[in-house]
Order: sequence, then C-alpha cells, then structure tokens
Amino acid sequence: MAPVLTLRGLTTVFGKGTQELRALDGVDLTVNAGEIVALVGESGSGKSLTGFSINGLLPANARITGGSIDLSGTDLRTVPAREMRKIRGKEVGMIFQDPMMTLNPVLRVETQMRDALRAHDPLPRAALRERLIAALAEVGIAAPEQRLRAWPHELSGGMRQRVAIATALLHSPKLIIADEPTTALDVTIQGQILALAQKLCKERGTALIWITHDLAVVAGIADRVSVMYAGRVVEEGPVDAVLDAPAHPYTRGLIDSVAANQPKGTRLPMIPGRMPLLSDLPKGCVFAPRCSRRSALCDSTSPPPRATGQGQTVRCHHPLTEPAGALA
Amino acid sequence: MAEFILRRILQALLVLFVMTVLVFFGIHVIGNPVDLFASSECTKACLDEIMVNLGLDRPVWQQYLIFLGNLAEGDLGRSFTHGVPAMSLIWERFPATLELAVAALVLALGIGLPLGFYAGLRPESILSKVIMALSMIGFSVPIFWIGLILILTFSVYLGWLPAIGRGELVSVLGLEVSFLTLDGLRHLAMPAFTLSLLMMSMVIRLTRAGLREVMTSDYIRFARANGVPEYRVLGWHAMKNLLIPIVTVLGMEFGGVIAFAVVTESIFSWPGVGKMLIDAISVLDRPLIVAYLIFVVTMFVLLNLVIDILYSLLDPRVRLGAGAV
Ligand SMILES: Nc1ncnc2c1ncn2[C@@H]1O[C@H](COP(=O)(O)OP(=O)(O)OP(=O)(O)O)[C@@H](O)[C@H]1O
Ligand SMILES: [Mg+2]
Repeated sequence: MAPVLTLRGLTTVFGKGTQELRALDGVDLTVNAGEIVALVGESGSGKSLTGFSINGLLPANARITGGSIDLSGTDLRTVPAREMRKIRGKEVGMIFQDPMMTLNPVLRVETQMRDALRAHDPLPRAALRERLIAALAEVGIAAPEQRLRAWPHELSGGMRQRVAIATALLHSPKLIIADEPTTALDVTIQGQILALAQKLCKERGTALIWITHDLAVVAGIADRVSVMYAGRVVEEGPVDAVLDAPAHPYTRGLIDSVAANQPKGTRLPMIPGRMPLLSDLPKGCVFAPRCSRRSALCDSTSPPPRATGQGQTVRCHHPLTEPAGALA
Repeated sequence: MAEFILRRILQALLVLFVMTVLVFFGIHVIGNPVDLFASSECTKACLDEIMVNLGLDRPVWQQYLIFLGNLAEGDLGRSFTHGVPAMSLIWERFPATLELAVAALVLALGIGLPLGFYAGLRPESILSKVIMALSMIGFSVPIFWIGLILILTFSVYLGWLPAIGRGELVSVLGLEVSFLTLDGLRHLAMPAFTLSLLMMSMVIRLTRAGLREVMTSDYIRFARANGVPEYRVLGWHAMKNLLIPIVTVLGMEFGGVIAFAVVTESIFSWPGVGKMLIDAISVLDRPLIVAYLIFVVTMFVLLNLVIDILYSLLDPRVRLGAGAV
C-alpha cells in the first residue's frame, strides 16, 4: 500500500541569514491510509511546525528550506501557494488544540461550517444545510439542526471539538493533522474524542497524525509513533515496540517520567536539564547534553538514523536496544 | 432590553439636569446678555424693558424654575437674539452638520479600513510605514491647520474646489442634502475630509492592530486550514472581529464629531449647528446654548444606544440586559 504522506528530510527555518533558526531538521515521517501516527515530544520540539509545514500555513517568518512533502504522489513543496488552498480542507484537514479558540467567536457554527464546505463544493443552500446536519450527527452531536444555529460560546468544550472535527471531515480528506486536540478537554471527554477519531479514521481509511505529549494517549490511539526532540525525529516505530523497548534514551526518559509507569510513592525520575534553544543547538547529537550515555562521539557527530531489531528507527550512537545496522 | 433602555433614559435625564443647572448659573455669573446685544442707543429704561420681556429681571433661581416648567411642556425657549424658538433654529441648521459628519464617517471608514488592512497584512512594506506615519500626523496636527492648508492648495493655488459654504441642495425625504449634486460634493469634499482625519487615523490604527492580532488566532488558521478562500477569511471571518473595537471607538467619537464640528464649520463657513453655537456663545444667547446642549446630550444618549445595539449584533457574547450598562 502506498503511503498517504511521506516526509523526507523536511527542514524548516525561521528568519534569514545569520539569524536563521533551524526549527525542523531532516524530519522523516510516513503515514499510511487508515493509520494513526502519533507525534510526541516536549513543548517546542517542532510538532506543530511539522503540521503547518505540511499544509502550508507556516508563520510569515518561517519557510521550508529542504526535503520533500509527498502527499499521495504530489510533492506539496512544488505546489504554488495559491493552489495550496484547494488542498487544504479537501486533501489535508487540521484540528487544533483549544476548541475555545478554533471556532470564530462571532460567527455561527453554521456560517463557519458552510464556508468550509463551500470552499471546495459549491452546493445550493438547502443541500449545504443537509450535509452539515449529517456531518454533525456523524460526530455524535444531538439535535444538530439547533447546534448549527448556535454561537460557539453556547457550546461546551467537547461539543466545540466535535464541531471542529466534523468541519475538518467535511470533504473526507486523505490526511488529518490533529494538533493536541484533547489537551484542553477533561478526561472523560478526552476519551470520547479519542474513540471518535479512531473510529472515523478506521472507517474511512483516513491517515491521521495525532500530535500530543501525552504518552497514555499515544498508547491508546496510535499505530506508530514518532518522537521529536529539538526539531528532529529521534525515534520512530510501532507503538508497542517503542513504548515497551525504547531505543533512544530520550524516549526512555519520557516514558519514565509518566507517573503510571512508576511504583507508588517513589519520586518521578526527570530528564535533567532542558531542551536546547534553537539559537544554541549542540554540534553533535542534540540530546547529548542531557544524556546519561553521552560519549565523545555524541558531542562531535550527529547520529544518523539506524534501524533496530523491532522495526524502530533511532538516531542515537548508543541506543538502548541493539541496532540492526546503519540505515541508508 | 426594556430595562436597559429605561436605565439609559434615567441616566440621560440626570446628566441633562446637572448640565442645565451648570449652564444656567454659569452664564448668569459671566454677564448680562442684554448688555451684549442691545444697540448702543438703548437707554436704561429700554434695557430694563428688554430684561423684563426676556424674564431676565427675576432672580436666577426663578428663571431656572420657569425654564424647567417650560421644558416639561417641551418648550426650550426662544433665542434672545433671533426671537424664534431655539429648537427650530437648531433643526434648521442640523442637517448641514449631520451631512458633514456622516460624510466624514464614510470617508474615515472608506479610506481608513483599506489602508489599515493593507498595513496590517504587510507590516514590513514601505507603503505600510508611510500609511502609519500619515495616521500619526492625523492624530497630532491641528484640524484648523489642515483645513487652511487644504484651502490654500485646492482653492487658492489650484482653484479646483470652492473654499467656503455649502453647495447646491436637493431635498430627499424632506431632508436638504448637498451630496447628490456635483456642486454640493465639491463644497463638501474639503470640510468632510478635514473633519474625518482624526477618525480616519483611528480607524487605520485600530484596523492594523486588530488585524495583526486576529490573523495569528487559531480560528483564522482553522478557516484557512479548511481551505476557506482568502477574501472570505479576511473580508468576513477577520473583519467581523475587527469591527467590534472599531464600532466601539467610532461610536464614541462620532458624537464628538457632531458636537465639535465647530472648528471645521468655522474654517469652511459651513452653515451648521457648530457655527451657530459659536455665535450664540459670543452673545450669551442662553436659550439657544441650553437648547443646543440638551440636543447634543440627547443625541449622545441615542447614539450610545445605537452603538450598544450594533455591538450586540456584532458580538454574540454581548447580550443587552440588566447587567449591561
Ligand atoms: N513565529 C516564530 N518565530 C520564531 N520561532 C518560532 C515561531 N513559532 C515557533 N517557533 C519555534 O519553533 C519551535 C517549534 O515550535 P512548535 O510550535 O512546532 O512546537 P510544539 O512541539 O508544537 O510545542 P507545543 O507542545 O508547545 O505545542 C519552537 O522552538 C519555537 O520556539
Ligand atoms: Mg504545538
């Protein structure tokens, strides 16, 4: 099966010249149809930026300087900016973190959804309405006709996120990028939204990138996981393999710092130090300054991606599991 | 809603009461109007007669009570100098001022919104910097100076536009307007532009600042991520959020523009209420001054009401109710 999305060496920078900051450096990512790939990493590791690089909504001071973004055969980097609009929403959907902020406070739900629908599908008004009602019903919203007339502030957080999901799904895009869509919701609602996303994705064969920093969510929803650190993917592989036998010391540290993984009453182990600033990245491995397995090699050379026995790919000179050999 | 309006009216009545007391006693302290407008041949007896006629011979508190009594019957008194009801003088002049102010508002929005939009979208471009610098001038340079420079340039030097007065009028629904005739427009252009400058500068700044904030919001990103065309994202999704601060500020400003069109009307000899007020003050024509101020306060109250209603239409989170005052 051909993948829906393949990122090869994606590199995105902020600023120009000597001020240039490399926020994404050689990001590789593959998502197949019907597959859920989690993108994890601490704040500032470049998860959102990866999403915005894909659908061309980078901030004005950012630009892609290298790599390719292959969406079922089309390199999105070669698509002119004005043509990208036709891809957004139709081929690539996006859901954001805070449902309080994703819906425009001064437009009715109907107006916002109608605009999203008409962006790619100029239907007559009555047909539009019917499609919208059906879309809301599909994400489990009761009394969709009334919800359609509602203002965003009249809906609960979970309801708004459902509206956002319904909107992003209107054109059944091949790929959906969900940027921490459950972080702002309470736990029960979180579970419902996760289940909903999983169900819709599997039913429709949508490729889903789920950005999060919650490993419990990763375990619950994803098929594969990519761990990001300082703009690089440091480890990638099937969820079970990565979570059970992480190869990168950073992944290990992330897993260990989750309370549920530790015996009661013990202090949570923390990864010492903090992520380096983009303006001050180490010369070799970006994780070296915080790593317990650091050697002279780590300080001098950036580790290339290598495959491990369990189908993982890791960027580490001293991985926790035995490497199967260097990857081309 | 009804309670809201009622509360507004009560507030207005209180303001009116305080204002009339201040003006009445204030003018009494300043001087005797009769001394100012009676002809110099008038003898002491003749002066006394005028005083009696105008009711100025009584103690000032009695005059005030009489005024309140008349006011309760809807009578604002007669102008000392013109001898006709003060209100009819104001009504005669007001359409000119209103036309000037509305034209200024239209110019402020019509020019200010696009310029502010451009400056907000391309903050780094040279043109944006020029726009922002000009808007700074709009804030800081006095109106009369701009008015005079315009007259010098377009009337004296180039000879394109008439410097003073109001042009040819046509009657629309009983209202005399000048903007529908070419001559009228030519007369209207400079005073309206002059009067609009401050509002225009505000619109430019508010639009630019608002747009820059709105454009980084998640809901704009979401709309774009859904493929909504840029004209729709900017022209409606962003615009409706921008209009909230603009309507608020312009709403407050517009009353002031009408009330203090005085300077512009004086420069261009525009026959509006502002000019009338200046004349009335110079001869202490108390009924006319008081009537004008009552008129202005009432207009402010109505305007605020309109703004609140507009506001609740623009922002669904605002509902007019008991709490909203
Ligand atoms: N407008 C900008 N100008 C300069 N640097 C930026 C800008 N926006 C983001 N960055 C930098 O890009 C890097 C990646 O940011 P990104 O938003 O992708 O992080 P993230 O992994 O999504 O974090 P979070 O979990 O907090 O959402 C960060 O180091 C951030 O400081
Ligand atoms: Mg993010």
